[in-house]
Amino acid sequence: MNFGVIVFPGSNCDHDAYHALKHIHGIDTSFIWHKDTDLGDVDGIIVPGGFSYGDYLRSGAIARFSPVMTAVADFAAKGGPVLGICNGFQILLEAHLLPGTMMANEHLRFTCKFVNLLCENRDTPFTAEIPEGKILSIPVAHGEGNYYADGDLLKKLEDNNQIVVRYCDAQGEITPESNPNGSTASIAGICNQKGNVVGMMPHPERAVEEKLGSADGRHFFESALARIASAT
Amino acid sequence: MQVDIVITLRESILDPKGKASHHALENLGFNEISAVRIGKFIQLEVDTDDPAKAREMAAAACEKLLANTVMENYEIRIPDSTTT
Repeated sequence: MNFGVIVFPGSNCDHDAYHALKHIHGIDTSFIWHKDTDLGDVDGIIVPGGFSYGDYLRSGAIARFSPVMTAVADFAAKGGPVLGICNGFQILLEAHLLPGTMMANEHLRFTCKFVNLLCENRDTPFTAEIPEGKILSIPVAHGEGNYYADGDLLKKLEDNNQIVVRYCDAQGEITPESNPNGSTASIAGICNQKGNVVGMMPHPERAVEEKLGSADGRHFFESALARIASAT
Repeated sequence: MQVDIVITLRESILDPKGKASHHALENLGFNEISAVRIGKFIQLEVDTDDPAKAREMAAAACEKLLANTVMENYEIRIPDSTTT
């Protein structure tokens, strides 16, 4: 199984994603420069976090027009698994590979801390192996992670089971206090209708070793290993 | 010719930066300012003298890249044409 990690000017979690995939999970992984138009022979793509193009204009707005994104869109349209993390999630929103939009955190502060997450959709290539009901401890690090969906879109996301992870408290309750950024319905991550494209603000790649504070992020990569390996 | 674009958050979208600035203005005694909305100002230099064409070009640029129409409105102003 081969994974590709897209690298934009300003990506800064690309090496973390590479480390999580290759060194922790033994997945063959290569970097793909944003000017490449061919993804090569990959079974999955990570669009990593960072500040592509310095977040100029809007987070992800310029990166979505990088040449590689046409190939990513084609790959996604064919059902290829794509995971966008943090800025990667913002890029997937701007590219309309995922619905909704991202705004500045409600309290305007850059927030960097561990949050608790509850997975609500285990029918994606990145969440299939998350133990049911497990409260995941994963860090967030963003200034613009306030996911916004209007009433119609929220209903659609709920009806289609497109809400993948929500912020919760230590007991797994979804409360206003456990929402770190003001996101609609405490949404931390969503998927497209087919479920093959997933975007999330928290960083599973930063939580793959106990010495980093949590290894709960491994579930996302173990899911990819189990799901994608069995499909290829 | 020059084209100015003003991008603002849609009315239905909470504007935390505007809200925080409004709060600070209130603290400074600007009690007659009842609301603040913060947006973006973008200036284009386009290679045409036809205002209609310039407007069309700016609108396409807004739709495609400059504005996120899910949450933002844009207004196109052509300073040259409004002064004549």
